[in-house]
Amino acid sequence: MAKIMIPTPLRQFTGKQDNVTVPGATVGEVLSALTTQYPDLRKQIYTDEGKLRSFVNVYLNDEDIRYIGKDTAATKDGDTLSLVPSIAGGSR
Amino acid sequence: MSLSKDEILRYSRHLIVPEVGMEGQEKLKAAKVLLVGTGGLGAPLGLYLAAAGVGRIGLVDFDVVDFTNLQRQVIHFTKDVGRPKIESAAEKMLALNPHVEIVKHEVALTSENALEIIKDYDMVVDGTDNFPTRYLVNDACVLLNKPNVYGSIFRFEGQATIFATEGGPCYRCLYPEPPPPGLVPSCAEGGVLGILPGTIGLIQATEAVKLILGIGEPLIGRLMLYDALGMRFRELKLRKNPECPMCGEHRTITQLIDYHQFCGVPQQEEAPRQETKVNEGEIEVTEVKEKLDRGDSFVLIDVREPHEYQICNIPGAKLVPLGQIGQRLDEFDKAADIVIHCKSGMRSAKACSILKAAGFEHVRNMKGGILAWSDQVDASVPKY
Repeated sequence: MAKIMIPTPLRQFTGKQDNVTVPGATVGEVLSALTTQYPDLRKQIYTDEGKLRSFVNVYLNDEDIRYIGKDTAATKDGDTLSLVPSIAGGSR
Repeated sequence: MSLSKDEILRYSRHLIVPEVGMEGQEKLKAAKVLLVGTGGLGAPLGLYLAAAGVGRIGLVDFDVVDFTNLQRQVIHFTKDVGRPKIESAAEKMLALNPHVEIVKHEVALTSENALEIIKDYDMVVDGTDNFPTRYLVNDACVLLNKPNVYGSIFRFEGQATIFATEGGPCYRCLYPEPPPPGLVPSCAEGGVLGILPGTIGLIQATEAVKLILGIGEPLIGRLMLYDALGMRFRELKLRKNPECPMCGEHRTITQLIDYHQFCGVPQQEEAPRQETKVNEGEIEVTEVKEKLDRGDSFVLIDVREPHEYQICNIPGAKLVPLGQIGQRLDEFDKAADIVIHCKSGMRSAKACSILKAAGFEHVRNMKGGILAWSDQVDASVPKY
């Protein structure tokens, strides 16, 4: 069970919810449960080959999953997963 | 760099802070900071860095102030609409503090000029609004070994950190590649709460001043996320990626590249040229108006969002937001004459592709969207 924080640009794919709680014992299971529940989100964060897109980072609590075992990183109740896409706005 | 009597009076509230003092204020005066962009982030940055007494502030911008900027770019005033942003910004900064020097670089930062411009500064503060310039600023800063004080915003959310310090991560460590064009909307497409760039710009200004003074704990290796709606700051760890193509041990990028190609977006100066002719699958707004006036049998679909439809719309247009069009295809006849429009023509082009792929035979994109409609057909339709 983990809470996933959904950033503004992706909320249109989660029925406008800013966080979603789904079951799963690993980061991979949690993300899989999330994208099963919201299939439109899947296209946004995964490539056609099923790889996480390189402009979306996933954090388990404050750690980038790329450095703690990616999909295999264990999640426990109370953990927070964050999807952090790159945003470029600033000027115009 | 010593301070004059006037400067000592002006900076007195700095001078009596032990962590700043005369020594710190002199460091600020000796500092050279390049501000890329004088828009939403650049506005508070420019004002506060000038007020703080940063001795030389370079500005890079080639844009012109327009009415839609004024909701957030507080360095530009209503009277400045139509003026170059760089002139407007420099004027305000010098009016605030005549003791600082403003260097104006009224150009687009490019792979050809970036190193030459940045090399004379101690650090860069990135307040740009697009991915090509973000990657360009990052790569130039890594190559020149200059800290890059980063901030970006979207609607109610912001990110800030410092990239490209000695041993610290760079932008490519965080995001090796940009999103494909169109997936992440810009402020112009997605909107932004006007106050948000103030908060993020001032986090950048704080970090720039701390770096100059050499005090506190800099925002290096940490990504600060700000959510204005929840009023929450969160901090994520940012690691240097050993595999990073720019700053890793086995770097593969050793010079500046073509960032427009890298980000898959056409260069800005090419855009107007493309718009001058009607491409296949496009229809002029004037022709759409004639069709409506004649009472032709055709379907006009507006693929903007409901809150945009409320601002203005074309009578007779059916609202189907782009995100729903794929699921609502059965509402339309595949043999029908269909015209699709949005605000400026980008989203409707995507909608046209979706319909064509689904077997719709007569689908055309209304060129220039409702903005062109306002310009060429009905001036009473407000632009936004």
